[in-house]
Amino acid sequence: MDDIKKIWHFLTRYIDSFLLIGLLTLMAVGLIVLYSATGANMARVSNQVINMLIALVIMWLVANIPLQQIMRLALPMYILGLVLLVGVALFGEINNGARRWLNIGVTRIQPSELMKIAIPLMMAWYFDKHEITLRLKDYIGATVLLLLPVLLILRQPDLGTAILIASSGFYVLFLAGLSWRIIAGLMVTVAGSLPVFWTVMHDYQRRRIITLLDPSQDPLGAGYHTIQSSIAIGSGGVVGKGWQNGTQTQLDFLPEQSTDFIFAVFSEEFGLMGNTVLLLLYLLVIGRCLVITANASTQFTRLIAGSITLTFCTYIFVNMGMVSGILPIVGVPLPLISYGGTSMVTMLLGFGILMSIQTHPKLVKT
Amino acid sequence: MKQHVELRNHPAELHKFRLRLSISAGFVLILFLILYARFYYLQVMQQEHYQTLAEANRISISPLVPNRGLIYDRSGRILAQNYSAYTLEVIPSQIKDLEATLNELADIIEITPTDRQRFKKLLKESKRFKSLPVRSRLTDEEIATFAVNRYRFPGVEIKARVLRQYPEKEIVSHIVGYISRINDQDLDQLENNGELHNYRGSQHIGKIGIEQSYEKQLHGITGFEEVETDAAGRSIRVLSRTPPLSGSNLILSLDLGLQEAAEKAFGDRRGALVALDPNNGEVLAFVSKPGYDNNLFIGGIDQENWNLLNKSIDRPLNNRALRGVYPPGSTFKPFMALAALELGKRTPEYSMSDPGFFSLPGVDRRYRDWKPGGHGRVDLHKSLVVSCDTYYYSLANDLGIDNIHSFIGQFGLGKRTGIDIEGEVAGLLPSSAWKMSQYKQKWYAGDTISVSIGQGYNLATPLQLAFATMVIANNGKAYAPRLVKQIQNSQTGEVEDIPAKLLYSLNLKPKNLEVVKNALVDVTRPGGTAAKAGANAAYTFAGKTGTSQVIAIKQGERYNEKAINERHRDHAMFIAYAPAENPKIALAVLVENTGTGGSTAAPIARQVFDYFLLGKPSEAAIAQLAEPAADHDHHHHHEHL
Repeated sequence: MDDIKKIWHFLTRYIDSFLLIGLLTLMAVGLIVLYSATGANMARVSNQVINMLIALVIMWLVANIPLQQIMRLALPMYILGLVLLVGVALFGEINNGARRWLNIGVTRIQPSELMKIAIPLMMAWYFDKHEITLRLKDYIGATVLLLLPVLLILRQPDLGTAILIASSGFYVLFLAGLSWRIIAGLMVTVAGSLPVFWTVMHDYQRRRIITLLDPSQDPLGAGYHTIQSSIAIGSGGVVGKGWQNGTQTQLDFLPEQSTDFIFAVFSEEFGLMGNTVLLLLYLLVIGRCLVITANASTQFTRLIAGSITLTFCTYIFVNMGMVSGILPIVGVPLPLISYGGTSMVTMLLGFGILMSIQTHPKLVKT
Repeated sequence: MKQHVELRNHPAELHKFRLRLSISAGFVLILFLILYARFYYLQVMQQEHYQTLAEANRISISPLVPNRGLIYDRSGRILAQNYSAYTLEVIPSQIKDLEATLNELADIIEITPTDRQRFKKLLKESKRFKSLPVRSRLTDEEIATFAVNRYRFPGVEIKARVLRQYPEKEIVSHIVGYISRINDQDLDQLENNGELHNYRGSQHIGKIGIEQSYEKQLHGITGFEEVETDAAGRSIRVLSRTPPLSGSNLILSLDLGLQEAAEKAFGDRRGALVALDPNNGEVLAFVSKPGYDNNLFIGGIDQENWNLLNKSIDRPLNNRALRGVYPPGSTFKPFMALAALELGKRTPEYSMSDPGFFSLPGVDRRYRDWKPGGHGRVDLHKSLVVSCDTYYYSLANDLGIDNIHSFIGQFGLGKRTGIDIEGEVAGLLPSSAWKMSQYKQKWYAGDTISVSIGQGYNLATPLQLAFATMVIANNGKAYAPRLVKQIQNSQTGEVEDIPAKLLYSLNLKPKNLEVVKNALVDVTRPGGTAAKAGANAAYTFAGKTGTSQVIAIKQGERYNEKAINERHRDHAMFIAYAPAENPKIALAVLVENTGTGGSTAAPIARQVFDYFLLGKPSEAAIAQLAEPAADHDHHHHHEHL
C-alpha cells in the first residue's frame, strides 16, 4: 500500500492535475472524432494512441525537470535549430515544391518543428538575462533573434509555421513590455509589407488567398477545400448529424479529414453544441495556463509560459478559422485533436514546461 | 536559484506583466468569439443552405474533360488521334467480391486474359474509388447485353470515353511517345505546378515524347458543370455550364513519308537516323530502331507485353536517336580538319607521308592506321576522302585536347542540342579539365590521339551528330532542332508558326569551309569511302563515314569481324548532307553492330536523300543494299589504353 503511494507520488509529483485532466479530455475527444474521420479505421486510431502515449511520456519527463535546467538548454537549442535550418536551406529535400526536410542519414527531420519550442525559450532567456537594463536595443536584439529563423522558414517556404513561430516570438516581446508605440509601428510595417509579400509568395499561396475571398472562383481547385469544409460545418446545424453519420465525412467529400480538417468532421457530426463544448474545453485549458503564467515567479518562466499559452491559442484560432473559411488555408493542425505525432509531441512538450513551472518550488519573494 | 533573480521580482514589474497578460487573455477571448460567431452563422443562420448542399450532394460539380489536341506530320498526315468508344468500367470500392464480379461479367461480355492482367495491374496502381476500365471498344451488341443485366452489377458501368490512338505505331513511337493513366507521381507534379484542378476528370497524361513535352498545349482546359441532383443521384437540371476548351493541335516538322523511307532502308537492323533541315533546324526524320507499339501503353500495359519490351535484348524502348551515346568514329574528322584550318595548324597544301602508324616523339608505342602500310602521301583533302587516321593522330598532337574541345564544342558535341522533347543526353566531348574532375588524373598526349578519330572518351548521340552536320552544311548556323513546327488553336483553327531559333552563328572562313566541304563531296565519289553509296546520285552528295567501336582490341591484335559476337561488332556511322551546294537536308545515321559506315550506313542516307530530293527510292541504292557489302571501308580498332 505504501509502495503504491510512493509510486503514485513519484508519478504525479510534478504533474498539474487540472491541466492534465483538461488535456486528456481533449485527446479523448480527438480519438473519438478520428475513429469517425478514418471510417472506423482502428489501425489509425491505435497509431494515434501510441503518438499520444509517447507525447505524454515526454511531457512527464519535461515536467520533472526544474526550469533552471531547461533554461540552460535555450541557447544550445536555438543555435542547433538555426544550424539545422541553414542546413535545410542548403541541402534540404524538396517535397511538393518546398524545402522543409533535412536528411541526417538515419532519419529525416523538420527543424522548423524544433524552433517552435526553441524560439520562446531563447527569447525568454534573452529577456531574463537583460532584465535590469531593458532598453530599445534589447528589443531590437530580440527581434533579430526572432527574424533569423522566421526568414529561413519563410524561404522554405512554409508560411503556416513561419506565422506560428513569428507570433510565439512576438508574444514574448509583447509580454516583456514592448512599448505600445513600437507595437503600433510594427503593425503599420506589417500592413505596409503585405504588397511585398504578395510578390514573393508562391503561386499556390496566392491562389489560397484569392480563393478565400471567393471560393466559387475555383470550385474544382483551391476552393474545393473551403467549400467542402464549410458545407460540412454548416450542414451540421445545431445538434449535428451524429457520430459517424456525417455525409460530408463518410462520403469522402472532406479533404484531409483526419489531419488539418478534422474540426470539420467534429463540427458536422456534433453541431454547434459540440463546438460550444469543444471551445469551452479549450478555454478551460487556456484559463489554467493563464493562471500558471500569472503565478510564475521569474521573468524567464513568466515569458515562456505566456508565449506557450498564447501560441496554443493561435493554433486553435488559425486552424478553426481556416476550416470554417475565415482564414486562408495554411496547414496548421488542430492541437490535441488532429492526427499526427509531431504536433502532439510539440504541444505536450510545451505543457510539460508549464507543469514544471507550476509544480517546482517557487522562490519566496523578498 | 541565484540571489539577483529574486531581487528582480519587483511588484511594479509583475503588475505590468499581469496587465499585459490580461490584455492578451482579452484578445484571445475576442478571437474565440469571432470563431463562435462564424459557427453560429454557418450552423444556425445558414444551416438550411448548407444542408441542401450536403444532402445527397444536391449540387455536384462535375468536370467536363477537354478533347486532347491531335498531332500531325508536316503534310497533315495524322500521328495521334482520338476516337470515342464505350468502355466497361468498375469502381472497386463499390464491389464486394471483385473476382466473382469479373467472372460473372465474363459470362456476358468477352474479357480476355490480357484484359484481366491489365486490369489487375491498374488496380494495384489506382485508388479504390476511381473508375477503372476492364474492357474498351464495346460493340453495340455487348452494350445491349450489359444494359439488360445491369441490375446484377452494382458498381459496374458503361461509359463513353474519348480514347487516344496512334495509327503509325512503331514508326513514330520514339517521337510521339504516348499518354498513359495519371499516377501518384503525376498527381504530385500537377499539384506542384498548380495544374491539378485542370485534371479533374482527366484520366491520362503525356508520359514521354511529344505527348509529354507538349502536355500543356495538348491537354486543353477542363470545363465544369454544376448539376442539381435528387437523393438517388439522378440529375434534375444543369445549373451552369462552362464548356471545356480542346487542346491545341500540333503540326510537326516531321515528314512521315521520309520517316517511312528511312525505316524501310533500315530493314530489321537496329540503329538511329536524325535528319534536319539545315535552313531552320526542323527535324525531318527521327528514327530509332527498333520502335514499339505506343498504343499498348495508353490503357496501362499488361505485364506480358511489358516484359517483352522491357527485357528484349534489342531494347526497343530505348530512344537511340535522343539518348544513345556512341563514339562518333571517323565522322569526327571533318570537324578536326576544320579546326586545323581555322586555328592555323594545317594548310590545305601541307602533306605528310603515312607509313601506316604514328608514334608520339620519344615513345615506342604505335598508333596504327586502319590501312596496313598506310595511304602514302596524304594532304587534308585526301585524309577525309580515304579517312586516313595517321594524319589526324599527328594533327591531334599539334592541336592539343583543349583546342579540340573548345573548337569542336561549337558544333554542339558534348552538350544538349535543346530539341523540344525531354530526356536528351549530353554525350561527351572530353577536355583536360573534364578528366581531372572526373578521374582526378591529368590528360595524357596519348588520350588526344584516340579522341582525334572519334574514339577514346568521345561520345555523341545521333541527334548531336546530325546537329553538327547541319552546322557545317549551312556554313556555321546553329539552329535549335525542333519537332513541332506549328500549333493550331482547335477552337479558332488559327495556326501559329513556331519560328526557327538560331542559337548562334559561327564565324568560319569561307575558304576553309570550302576545302572541307569539297573533300566531303569526294568521299561519295569514286575513291572515297562512301563511293558505292554515292554512285550515280542525281545531286551532289557530301558525307563522311565512320566506325564506332564497341569493344577494345588489345595491342598487337587485329579486329576480325567474323570472330566476334554479333553484339560486339562495330557500329556503322555516316553523316551527310545534300545537295552539297545548297543543302536541304543534313543527317546522321547509325547502324548498330554492322561494321563499317560506308557499307551499311551510307546506303541508308542515300535512300533517304533520294526520297527527299527526288521523291523516289533509287534503284541503284536498293540494288546495292541487296548485295553483300564488299569491304571498301575500314575499321579503327584501338588498343585499350
